[in-house]
Amino acid sequence: MSGILASMIDGLLVGSVYGLAAMGLSLIWGVMDVINLTHGSMIALGMFGLYELFIHIHTNAYFLLIPVIAGGFVLGIVVYWISVHWVVGRSQLMSLLSTFAVNMMVIGIGTAIWSTSPYNVNFSLEGISVGKYTFTGNHIAAATSAVVIALALELFLYRTRPGKAIRAIADNREAAELMGISSVAVLTIAFGIGIALAISSGALVSTLFPFTILSGATYQMKSFVVTVLAGLGKPFGALVAGVLLGLLEGAVTPFIAVSWIPLIEFGLFVVVLIAFPKGIFVRASA
Amino acid sequence: MKRLTLLALAAIVLLAAAAFAQTITVGFTMSKTGAYTVDSMEQYRGFEMWRDQVNAAGGIKAGGKSYQIKFASYDDESNSKRVQQLYTRLILEDKADFLFSPYSSPLTTNASIVTEQNAKVMLTTGAADEKTYKLGNNLLFQMFAPGGEYLKGALDALKAKDAKATVAFVYEDAAFSVAVVKPAMAYAQQIGLSVVFSEAYAPATTDFSAILDKVISSGATVLMGGGHYPDGSTLARQLGARKANLKMVTLLVAPDSPQWTELGDAGLGVTVPSQWEPQVVSKPQFGPTVAQFVKDYEAKYKTEASYESAGGYAAGLILQHAIEQAGSIDSGKVAAVLNSMDVTTFYGRTKFSPNAADHGLQVGHTMVIAQWQKDKSGKMVKQVVWPVAGKSADLKYPIH
Repeated sequence: MSGILASMIDGLLVGSVYGLAAMGLSLIWGVMDVINLTHGSMIALGMFGLYELFIHIHTNAYFLLIPVIAGGFVLGIVVYWISVHWVVGRSQLMSLLSTFAVNMMVIGIGTAIWSTSPYNVNFSLEGISVGKYTFTGNHIAAATSAVVIALALELFLYRTRPGKAIRAIADNREAAELMGISSVAVLTIAFGIGIALAISSGALVSTLFPFTILSGATYQMKSFVVTVLAGLGKPFGALVAGVLLGLLEGAVTPFIAVSWIPLIEFGLFVVVLIAFPKGIFVRASA
Repeated sequence: MKRLTLLALAAIVLLAAAAFAQTITVGFTMSKTGAYTVDSMEQYRGFEMWRDQVNAAGGIKAGGKSYQIKFASYDDESNSKRVQQLYTRLILEDKADFLFSPYSSPLTTNASIVTEQNAKVMLTTGAADEKTYKLGNNLLFQMFAPGGEYLKGALDALKAKDAKATVAFVYEDAAFSVAVVKPAMAYAQQIGLSVVFSEAYAPATTDFSAILDKVISSGATVLMGGGHYPDGSTLARQLGARKANLKMVTLLVAPDSPQWTELGDAGLGVTVPSQWEPQVVSKPQFGPTVAQFVKDYEAKYKTEASYESAGGYAAGLILQHAIEQAGSIDSGKVAAVLNSMDVTTFYGRTKFSPNAADHGLQVGHTMVIAQWQKDKSGKMVKQVVWPVAGKSADLKYPIH
């Protein structure tokens, strides 16, 4: 196995988690035209949520994902009703300010509880070795979980009534309301799901790397890059774009210092914004 | 009425006694939160134990008076900007007579700007970067052996075991680690070891997969570097998870903390350059013996002392000795004593450079290499493995 291939596989595994993180942002942005600036702090809460559960219940950290995601959904509904419901439909600046305020509140409370010192979820699964390279069990489990969650979301959006309602509201809110779909209920659920996705990605990251209450910021930045790459409102596209971003990181890092990666990612971000304003997965006819 | 009068008299006596009791205020910041927490709190325990022991023994005796030591301290949150604000406050509002440094080279460099501006003596500990002392200062005194010394011993030990080893340097892109690794790379090449890879990572990096893949691809058999506790411990964890199976891993700072045992097998075999280990025998001219220091520390804090704690305690001890020898708490007189000091304590030899070009640089203290090994009962313990003359166990090489 060559070093570049190993690096790309590592990138692919981490990229699925980036993609999962971006899915939440993309869903909320696409459905209700709200740029959710609580995204980073929600990712961080996901990290701490899994950490707290794990230190009290000593079982496979990946099984604890389920209560963490459920908790995230409920939290999403609460955040929606505190800050987002009142600004949906108004200027985008309002939703930016409103979600930014919640973000600062969460970070402030989080710092008071956990301080800014690093934490770890001390759980590891046996990895798979190919030649002299090993892919850690946690990376594989995290990537698998991300794909499973993404597929579950796709099934929900395309095979269930609430999912269809969400897509309808995303397409045209007034027409959907005329069809009898309660936009308030749908927006609440959509926001809850978006936050649950952010929380779940944070929980997965906590099994891979050490974290602090401020760690969500890096993933929020990557989520913006991925969302722009994929196009808004296309959650599964966000997963694919995340994986591609991870692959790119993996392909590039053997040749240059790792510190240059953010430059390359954001350079790509700017190029895509200019060349493909609707994302690389959106067809021109849409 | 009589009781009231007695109470009033007692109060007056106490107040008078308080007014006449002399105190020396020592100011410093510590990192109660942030990346340097683990190491900084260990350093603080050294300061604290020194203060408690000295005050219990009647305080510092100088010029016919006895001084109780009072600390003025704040949380710098591992943040350089906070350090500048807080040291200004310590000097101007808390009226600190002497200062100790925060933990870590970058924070200490920031603090030194303020202390030099205000002409206050600062003993630095937990800070190895040499550059701080080459910027022109009068009142800085470094307790730690400088950065350039850190990896020399590890490289010498490696060369003695395996001259054909291939070395990779993976280190934090920050003042301290760069001050350690750059001279180390030059030294490695000088003694004939092959350096096959080197890369610095941004501070606060948590994902080392890309860099570790590169280390494995380079065919390196030895890794040296790291930075402080969070990145050092994460590097060791990720090396273990990736089954890198390197023959020797030397990381800065992190493995010296007693908290290192939380890594389990991933932490075993890791070597660390250390400013002080309890197994190193030294005959102190004053202050506690090594055995006494270790016993008191473990009794007080129920854990082992790391070299950060020893450095903290030694800073206090040296300051106390300088004040006692000067017979005064005047900064100029104390600094003059420190400039000519060449002493041995439980911590080892301490001598400060008096030259203007690198005033305060530590020139007497030498470092050792410690390695985590399993003792007969299977418990993880730190052994001194280099220099050979003072070792408590042989270097285990290869570690896998």
